[in-house]
Amino acid sequence: MTAKTTLRGWRLVLLRAWLPVTLVVLWWTLSAGSEALYFPPLQEILTTLVDEWILGPRWRDDLLPSLANFTIGFGVSVLLGTALGVLLGMSPVVRALFAPVLTFFRSLPSPALIPIVLGILGIGAGMNISLIVLGAIWPILLNTIDGVRSVDTQLREMVRSYRLTRRQVITYVILPNAGPQIFAGYRISLQIAIILIVVSEMVGATHGLGYYVLESQQLFMVTQTWVGTILLGIIGYLLTLIFLRIERRVLRWQIRMRQATGAS
Amino acid sequence: MADPDAAGDGGVVTDKTRTKADGIMGEQHILDLQNVGKTYSTGAVSARILDGVEFTVDRGEFVCVVGPSGAGKTTLLKCIAGLTSPTTGRTLFEGEEVTEPPAKLAVIFQDYSRSLLPWLTVAKNIELPLQKARFPAKERPDIITEALSNVGLEGKGSVYPWEMSGGMQQRAAIARGLAYQPDVLLMDEPFAAVDAQTRIDLEDLVLGMSRRLGMTVLFVTHDIDEAVYMAHRVVVLSGTPAKVARDIPVDLPDERDQVTTKNLPRYGKLRAEVFGLIQEAKHAVTRDIGMVRA
Ligand SMILES: Nc1ncnc2c1ncn2[C@@H]1O[C@H](COP(=O)(O)OP(=O)(O)OP(=O)(O)O)[C@@H](O)[C@H]1O
Ligand SMILES: [Mg+2]
Repeated sequence: MTAKTTLRGWRLVLLRAWLPVTLVVLWWTLSAGSEALYFPPLQEILTTLVDEWILGPRWRDDLLPSLANFTIGFGVSVLLGTALGVLLGMSPVVRALFAPVLTFFRSLPSPALIPIVLGILGIGAGMNISLIVLGAIWPILLNTIDGVRSVDTQLREMVRSYRLTRRQVITYVILPNAGPQIFAGYRISLQIAIILIVVSEMVGATHGLGYYVLESQQLFMVTQTWVGTILLGIIGYLLTLIFLRIERRVLRWQIRMRQATGAS
Repeated sequence: MADPDAAGDGGVVTDKTRTKADGIMGEQHILDLQNVGKTYSTGAVSARILDGVEFTVDRGEFVCVVGPSGAGKTTLLKCIAGLTSPTTGRTLFEGEEVTEPPAKLAVIFQDYSRSLLPWLTVAKNIELPLQKARFPAKERPDIITEALSNVGLEGKGSVYPWEMSGGMQQRAAIARGLAYQPDVLLMDEPFAAVDAQTRIDLEDLVLGMSRRLGMTVLFVTHDIDEAVYMAHRVVVLSGTPAKVARDIPVDLPDERDQVTTKNLPRYGKLRAEVFGLIQEAKHAVTRDIGMVRA
């Protein structure tokens, strides 16, 4: 039983790893000694990556600020989106008051806000973070509202007849009940935030990963452009991985219930 | 009909439907339904479900409410529990008009799977309604342990509801109701979703518990056998809108037993009487629906 599971674990790793590994190996061999302007050898790209970003100062000057902007922007979206979502989800009156504005803002493509935000806040972290929040908060807000409203009628009656306090209702009934849906919102917002961190730094920053990619491209430093792109890919991938970890941990009860009952 | 104040003043109540003698003079009924009517309105359509429902429940009594499906039993229970307000009349709980769910009243719902919180363990589910004012934190573990052992779920506190069978989940829901230490327990077809054997076990469990703890229970059920077997009194609802068709005292020995009690000739007679009333009520419902359709 255990042997079979470990075997399966190994097989899973192999199944997952073969394509990335093959692609990297192919890239490495095919690009070796390449003279083409836009396709420098992978070896050169990786050497530059290590030299500039790990051994050099770029991790401190460009990577950390990007990550900080992302963390603050996404964090604010999560906190604000969830809190407002609970408020709007619980109160039909508040919902009616804000629904039209909500619909308007969430239909607005967030890059369209760049000129205005840039005009108001100027270049810098404030602008980058604001843009992330303005783009990433909507899926969280809307999913939270939906999830909060989806409390089953009988559960509502149970809550009322046992006279649970508002605080208990929010922490023990509404939030866990809406959890899966809220996290689905976080997941969409995470992707938006990753996109916006790049976009906002391309136009409204003097350092950071997004700035680096665009700058190097404009200076025809093709190797650097590749380095930045690969780094962005890796970071996006890692952030998604971390997120899935957290999601699985928070929604543990739901996953276990699904396994136990076979139901959704 | 009865003067609404009569019971509170300790006056003699002469309501014909009150077949069981009222408690000691001056002692109020724990539940008192006065001319309860309920009309649901959805848009242009409005449906009168209850009209002039009147009965009382005394402390320590076990009263079953029976009636055909759709008669309005759940609606009535919600009026008593303060989950919805009657359109006409009122319900009194311990002498006070119910306007919101009373603190000393607990409801056990039919669908246990939608009444326990799946993200909390059984113990946490039981603990949640135990507010600070009535249940100091350090007393709660004992209360929970006792409630669990009262329903035969010793040591199951750390289990999640969905890890248990349907019967066990309903037991857990009952344990939560018990731990809450209500003066009245309302139960809405609590055993409708469990298998026959579990049902019998749960009937005896609730019966034993209510007798042992001297708890007042209002029990809604479809099942005539169940009603007569468990109750001190059976209230039959009938008609559209529903009212009390009959309030039948169950004059069987207080100690009930699945075999002996159900073999008593008196049990058979009571069962037949309730059955007859329900059949009549059912036909009345079909007739009314037919008239509406025509
Ligand atoms: N919130 C509501 N709005 C409108 N109509 C309702 C509502 N709740 C119940 N009804 C209607 O009231 C009638 C009585 O419902 P109720 O659930 O009280 O019956 P019941 O006797 O409990 O039935 P059952 O034995 O099937 O549980 C039904 O026709 C039902 O459709
Ligand atoms: Mg019902």
